[in-house]
Amino acid sequence: MKHRFLIVGLLLLFGLSSVWAQTEPPVVDSMVVDSTELFPAAVSDVQVVDKPNDHGHAVIVTWETSADDGGGKNNVLRYEIFYSTSFDGPFDSVGAVPAGTGEFRHIGSKEPLDSAFVPDYTDLFYQIDAVTADPTIRTTSDVLGPVQCSGQWFNTGRIPVLVAVLIFGLLTAFFVLSAKRGKKLYVRPIGGIEAVDDAIGRATEMGRPILYVLGLGSAADVATIASFTILGRVAKRVAEYQTELIVPTYDPIVMSVAQEVVKSSYFDAGRPEDFKEDCVHFVTQSQFAYVAAVNGIMLRELPATCVYMGKFFAESLLLAETGSLAGSIQISGTDEIAQIPFFIVACDYTLIGEELYAASAYLGREPKLLGSLKAQDWAKAAFVALAIVGLLAANFEWFEFTTLFQVID
Amino acid sequence: MRRTTYIVVAGVVLLFGLSWVLHAVSMSGEADGIERAFMITMAAFLTLAIYSFLYKDNPFYKFAEHLYVGVSAAYWMCQAFWSTIVGNLFPRLSEGLSNYFQQPYQASGWNITYWIPVILGIMLLMRLTEKYGWMSRWPLAMIVGTTAGLNFVRYLRSDFVVQVSSTFMPLLGEDPHRWQGFGAFISNLDLSATGQLAAIVSNWVIFFGVICGIIYFYFSKEHSGAFGRASRLGIWILMITFGASFGYTVMGRISLLVGRITFLFRDWLEIIS
Repeated sequence: MKHRFLIVGLLLLFGLSSVWAQTEPPVVDSMVVDSTELFPAAVSDVQVVDKPNDHGHAVIVTWETSADDGGGKNNVLRYEIFYSTSFDGPFDSVGAVPAGTGEFRHIGSKEPLDSAFVPDYTDLFYQIDAVTADPTIRTTSDVLGPVQCSGQWFNTGRIPVLVAVLIFGLLTAFFVLSAKRGKKLYVRPIGGIEAVDDAIGRATEMGRPILYVLGLGSAADVATIASFTILGRVAKRVAEYQTELIVPTYDPIVMSVAQEVVKSSYFDAGRPEDFKEDCVHFVTQSQFAYVAAVNGIMLRELPATCVYMGKFFAESLLLAETGSLAGSIQISGTDEIAQIPFFIVACDYTLIGEELYAASAYLGREPKLLGSLKAQDWAKAAFVALAIVGLLAANFEWFEFTTLFQVID
Repeated sequence: MRRTTYIVVAGVVLLFGLSWVLHAVSMSGEADGIERAFMITMAAFLTLAIYSFLYKDNPFYKFAEHLYVGVSAAYWMCQAFWSTIVGNLFPRLSEGLSNYFQQPYQASGWNITYWIPVILGIMLLMRLTEKYGWMSRWPLAMIVGTTAGLNFVRYLRSDFVVQVSSTFMPLLGEDPHRWQGFGAFISNLDLSATGQLAAIVSNWVIFFGVICGIIYFYFSKEHSGAFGRASRLGIWILMITFGASFGYTVMGRISLLVGRITFLFRDWLEIIS
């Protein structure tokens, strides 16, 4: 009997729960409505354009931020940008920017095998997702495009550089022509370079070699090019005095150029038969292995004079200290600002920065080098004048002038 | 002297062997314990061999130097061959060569821009022959001329145009320390590094430092009179800058020394943990 009541009770409970379950749908409906409200508004006014003033493979995407970014539901956390080469997709993510941002620069790779490759002259389509803290709750914009990207021949943002190049080029041409016509161009004496001849004489008297280090720069570095000119002058003197010259090099191309320079100096001095190709030799392209080798040469050959001209890095003090230990007269010159202090403390003479370039012109006395040096001096005078005018402009808020010198990449 | 050298070398070899064995024993539980013990001992030996240069040139330093130079020269040559020629050039030139070196072929049709470096490279190698050595001058001229031309524009931009605009600064301060008159300056005087006084002094030093520095590097006029005094101020500013740079870099070098000493005392001698 009791069991019957229990069964009936369970059936009634089941029936009631079924009825209650039937009344659930309105509640479910309200849940659906709530979750829909969580989705942020999509971005609007999306525009895609080819990035100007570049080599191609890049697109700029701009948009009006979502109404729920900084207002409304205020639940947009970031925007994710997708792109495809087809209107129908599939779309790949190319990046994300935080909320409040209305621009994305899609800078792709130019290498076809690179995963980030963006083809030029191909239709590209974009989509932007406004994403909330829950990445599954996001709103996707309409597909935008097509847009095609391509490279430009001229970067209009660098017009100030073009103007500077033209003015400097004209100045150089003018002074080179003046020097060629025989006009005397004054260059003030430079302490360190005056000492080079004395140092070569000292090496000759002592019967010990001269070590010339061109540094770690490539053959295209300005400091290395200036150093080649000084090497030419040193090699000519060395050939005249019949002293030994040792030039250990770090870069194979620098070695080849240095061999040519030394060879032509021996020819100029009228002693081509004394030139030994091995005096300019390659060591290695590992920085500290090169230092170890040059230090070894210094302590074994005991050069009377060590000349360091070119581009130097962390090895500058190691070389100069060892040269000092070997009892050599040391003359250095570099445009690496961080290394100049080390040369100043450890060498007898140091050419600071641009003095190295000036030294090559001072020694060579060639019209091209002298003309270039004069043009540089005029450029410095122009720099001072522009700096003073610009300073006044900045203080009196004449921004039309100051913006003339802004370079935009 | 020769006998002494032999004794010292024998002693070092003995110590090397002892260090290796002791480390191998302590690492006996590891799969590559013997190799790792050898590497640690070798690294410690080479470190000490290089440091022995501080005493004077000696056979251990010479050994370390020659090993270092030889290994690095070979390494960089292999790197250049495998990354530049095999990795970059062959896949763009020939499918056969790409397959031979197991590199993915990048079919892009016949492109002369990839053949120019090949020809220039071969011309550069002509240095090795006496008869055609002159041909190597052409690629050298190409390398130096092209990169010098590219650098010319780059330097004119970074060292001239951008530098000019960097000196356009308000000498009496800018936002949030815009000049409001002398009374306001005195009443709000702030001696901290972020205050108006520091900003004004900094701007004046930068401006006059740049002008005097440029005057020092002006070579077309003798440095005498007022010009000479400005040049002297310029070299003073340069020297103060170099002094600060020197101290900063020396601190960096000390950290390198600490790194090597830590290796010797922790990994090799196991004195510190």
